[in-house]
Amino acid sequence: MITNRRSEFKLDWLILPLLGAVVVLLLWQMASTTWSKDLPGPLRTWTASKPYIMKPFEKRGELDQGILRFTWYSLVLVVKGYTVALLVGTPIGFMLGLSKFFSKSFDPIIQILRPVSPLAWLPLGLILFQKSQPAAVFTIAVCAMWPTVLNTAVGVRSIPQDYLNVAKVLKLSRTRTLFKVLIPATLPYMFTGFRLSLGIAWLVIVAAEMLTGSPGVGGFLWQEYNALIYEHIILCILTIGVIGFVLDRLMSLVERRFKTV
Amino acid sequence: MSDYLILSRLTKIYPSPDGPDIIVKEFDLSIRKGEFVCLIGHSGCGKSTVLSMIAGLNEITAGAIILAGKELSGPGPDRGMVFQSPCLLPWMTAFENVMLGVNQVFYTAAREERRQIAEYYLCVVGLADAMDKKPAELSQGMRQRVGIARAFALSPKLLLLDEPFGMLDSLTRFELQQVLLDLWRKDQKTALMVTHDVDEALFLADRIVMMTNGPAAEVGGILEVRFSRPRHRKEVMEHPDYYRLREQLVAFLENQTRREAVSTPVSAEDPDARNKTEPQLPSRKAARSAASLSMAGGTR
Repeated sequence: MITNRRSEFKLDWLILPLLGAVVVLLLWQMASTTWSKDLPGPLRTWTASKPYIMKPFEKRGELDQGILRFTWYSLVLVVKGYTVALLVGTPIGFMLGLSKFFSKSFDPIIQILRPVSPLAWLPLGLILFQKSQPAAVFTIAVCAMWPTVLNTAVGVRSIPQDYLNVAKVLKLSRTRTLFKVLIPATLPYMFTGFRLSLGIAWLVIVAAEMLTGSPGVGGFLWQEYNALIYEHIILCILTIGVIGFVLDRLMSLVERRFKTV
Repeated sequence: MSDYLILSRLTKIYPSPDGPDIIVKEFDLSIRKGEFVCLIGHSGCGKSTVLSMIAGLNEITAGAIILAGKELSGPGPDRGMVFQSPCLLPWMTAFENVMLGVNQVFYTAAREERRQIAEYYLCVVGLADAMDKKPAELSQGMRQRVGIARAFALSPKLLLLDEPFGMLDSLTRFELQQVLLDLWRKDQKTALMVTHDVDEALFLADRIVMMTNGPAAEVGGILEVRFSRPRHRKEVMEHPDYYRLREQLVAFLENQTRREAVSTPVSAEDPDARNKTEPQLPSRKAARSAASLSMAGGTR
């Protein structure tokens, strides 16, 4: 009975995902041999990527560094942009949720700005800041802010009347109401927003680095495309995917801590 | 003793597309200091509206509320409110929930003093061992105990209770009625409680205000309950006047149902209210309370 359940567990968590990976590898191999000769197969990709993976922090030149070193550059940029997004987005979300006046005034413009692509914001950032680094931070912040804004607003609007009545009956001051009632009651929604924002921030980084040519996973990807080393493009894609996945997992761990409230 | 709380021609009107919707009409009531008054009536008759107007959570359309010689406007911690659902903040422990109010009222007192006030009331309601638990770890009855402790800890001029035991099972309800009554006597508070439980009103109140059915609810009659205090449930229920008073209350409520059945078409009522006002309700309720009484006797 126990062994049975154990093997089922292994099937779910190990064998089936491995099966999926093998199928994709086979399709990839087939595509590279039959459809496009330029697409490197799995083996070639591995051989070409090996030095970057095995010595992940090595710096051989400005544009020839270990993959984790590149990732680190990208993450630093993401953290900067993401921090700005949270610092700006959370208060805007609170104001949207608390004030009908504010919400009616600014909701339409937010709905219009929200779907704008990072590729469209970046040139504007370059005009505003003249340098590629702050422009990238600006682009990440502007694109990643919206889920935080909207989720915080929804969270504030859905605070149960009961909690607000407690604050009213006790005649709590505005700041005490904010810190003792409004913020704790909104936290679960806020963290859902934070998680979604982080996902977008990571998406944007690649586009931003490609356009500005700054060192990082995205910049490396674009440079290797120009240098015709296609194996490294695939290495970058996989790295971006893995890092994005890990970030999302980490954030949902944090999120779950606040969900229990 | 002079009147402590005066409700004068208290009126609540909501504007609606089909003209003004009168919920409460010229409600007059005076309560003496230290008195326990119950407001009884059918669901949706406007008794909770009266209470939330006194609490300041609902605006007054016309009339006035005077507490201890001062006209009230807006909410404030001079009125301790116990809600039907305990309304605890789930991210705070029982102690912190009580402290939130205590800090607000006794902001001049030292931290240690405030802590003692909160701890004292939590102990009195029987939560000495559960102070540091979050509401989610407490039973419904324990949560309501925190709600009662929070209201009393403010040392309010007036206690407002909005069907505080409506969501509890009858055994827990009996226990909490006793807790409430003991605290009320000890602190000599003035209390106004909304309920639709006839036995609860008779056990707790000095006077029972019967409200007519809405719309335009007003005072339909006032019943004096002169059982001696301190009260014990068994003595109260065996008192020769008990069933006479109870009959009077039930007759009033039944009468309201009949009047409503004549005056309003059935389809206009909400189904919930109709269930609660079925004519056979009193007898069913009597049977149930008799059953739970014997149960309570058994556990003692």
